[in-house]
Amino acid sequence: MTDAALPEAKIASPAPPREETPFTRFRKAFFEDRVAVTGLAIFSLIVALALLAPFITPQNPYDLRSVDIMDSRLSPGQVTGEGFTAWLGTDGVGRDLYSGILYGLRISLMVGALSGVLAATIGMAVGLIAAYAGGRVETVLMRIVDLQLSLPAVLIALILVAALGKGVDKIIFALVVVQWAYYARTVRGNALVERRKEYVEAAQSLGLSHARVVFRHIMPNCLAPVIVIVTVQTAHAIALEATLSFLGVGLPQTEPSLGVLIANGFQYMLSGKYWISTFPGIALLLTIVSINLMGDRIRDVLNPRLEK
Amino acid sequence: MSVSTPLVELRNVSKRFVKPLDAAARLANLMGAHHREQVVHAVDGVDLSVVEGEVVGLVGESGCGKSTLGRVVAGIHAPSEGSMSWQGKTTSAMTSAERKAATLAVQMIFQDPMSSLNPRMRVAEIVGEAPVFHGLVDKAGQDAYVDMMLERVGLDPVYKRRFPHQFSGGQRARIGIARALAVNPRFLVCDESVAALDVSIQAQVLNLFMKLREELRLTYLFISHDLSVVRHLSDRVVIMYLGRVVEAASAADLFRGPNHPYAQALLANVPTLASRHKRFAPLKGEIPSPLNPPPGCHFHPRCPMAGPRCSAERPALREVAPGHVSACHLNDGGVGG
Repeated sequence: MTDAALPEAKIASPAPPREETPFTRFRKAFFEDRVAVTGLAIFSLIVALALLAPFITPQNPYDLRSVDIMDSRLSPGQVTGEGFTAWLGTDGVGRDLYSGILYGLRISLMVGALSGVLAATIGMAVGLIAAYAGGRVETVLMRIVDLQLSLPAVLIALILVAALGKGVDKIIFALVVVQWAYYARTVRGNALVERRKEYVEAAQSLGLSHARVVFRHIMPNCLAPVIVIVTVQTAHAIALEATLSFLGVGLPQTEPSLGVLIANGFQYMLSGKYWISTFPGIALLLTIVSINLMGDRIRDVLNPRLEK
Repeated sequence: MSVSTPLVELRNVSKRFVKPLDAAARLANLMGAHHREQVVHAVDGVDLSVVEGEVVGLVGESGCGKSTLGRVVAGIHAPSEGSMSWQGKTTSAMTSAERKAATLAVQMIFQDPMSSLNPRMRVAEIVGEAPVFHGLVDKAGQDAYVDMMLERVGLDPVYKRRFPHQFSGGQRARIGIARALAVNPRFLVCDESVAALDVSIQAQVLNLFMKLREELRLTYLFISHDLSVVRHLSDRVVIMYLGRVVEAASAADLFRGPNHPYAQALLANVPTLASRHKRFAPLKGEIPSPLNPPPGCHFHPRCPMAGPRCSAERPALREVAPGHVSACHLNDGGVGG
């Protein structure tokens, strides 16, 4: 029986010579651009460092027992009382900056990614519904978006966080609230253009359901700008979280994010202790720039008209 | 020709597009301004019936409402006024299952072969989506079904993993036809379906339409501004001007003896080999704006025969010969006041 089954199986799957899936094509196109690859390399390194933080840092900055006030404001390269070398120096309460930056990156990246994904999902749904439904629904939704966009993001986030209290979940909530409107407006603009194209009329004439027309036909054609905004807004969310923490309403001192670290060093800047703010700032900058470099390339690659 | 009920029948169908006033204009009106809503009468009181197996050509200048009429027939636009019936049953009286069947039975072939195909879907998905969605074929049978449809329109099924932009214009037109055929339609509305193609490709696609007509017993509403194409294909020709039908007759009758001055002017300007040295006498002026159509007969500002009655009274469609109707006062007591 196995003898008979074997040739059957061979005929059924003639092993196509490595069929090109959309992902392999995307990967190939993405790697053609050296700048984007650099961005990806830096970003991967940052993510890896953040994930591995507990294993590669000499100190857990969340654990106050491991922090010694006697080690405060050591300049880069000095040896701490614990016996390890603080290559990037220590901050005002004796936290090793290298350890602090890696732990801070974990929070910053998580906040950026979660708020980006949530805001994109909500904003896309609102934008698509507004564009497809039209009429009063569209007017109401887009006036809410206008209202949202007319207020400065920092101000709204500041008020929300001040009202809700400190904590990672509250920060993410505040960031989603200030960011969904960007997605909604961009997606609506794109969806309005797509909606009038003949393939949407064709889909309607083929009797497909509204949900299918919106999510299978219109949405994929609005995704390219969303992905670009996701990268820009994720970077922006990370910066905004740092801003809020810098202003003292974001994350508590005991959970140092990059913003808290920068804020801690701010008061020493003029006294020559540059490292406390500078190194977390460089980490923040590298993270945001690397995300943006990738976003640019992703936008180009995802444009099907550039495909040869 | 049998006297059976027509496959599609439109009775007094109008389609208006209204641009509503925005809040600022409404506010200004409250304070004494006179902003009005802008209304485009794209289609204005059209009767049209198509019997099974027929090819009806719909002709007119751009902006005359022929595409809008096609979209009303295809169910993409709902008529603002009037009724449409499918096999003798008006759409408003249909159950939802009947309406769905009628929607699928009338399919549209679009003008622009690029924008009418979703750029992010592969051919297999473009053609196979609707039949799977409607349960005409199960997911496992989709591949074979798509192959069959592609072969029917003269495309090699090996290309079905490609995206629309990887095809030439003629091939895209064929994909659009395959997509429509996949839901087993009985009536195709072709909206300038070959206008975007090269002449040699046009001929191929037109021949494909005729082949499908015979194989699948299809009925066509063929919208075009190209009179030679319409003459070649159609059994009956309907001429529209600014949202109204001005003349309808069998293709042979119409091309032999057009009655309406507009139809005469149109046909006089068809380039033929025999008319190579003729000087063309184009119609004067542009088609008027449908936002503000002229009163009476819409054609009177450009008509060489116009008289005082033409700007006062809308001419009705009258039979001038068996099966040949025309809307002109010349057939009905003259144009004098």
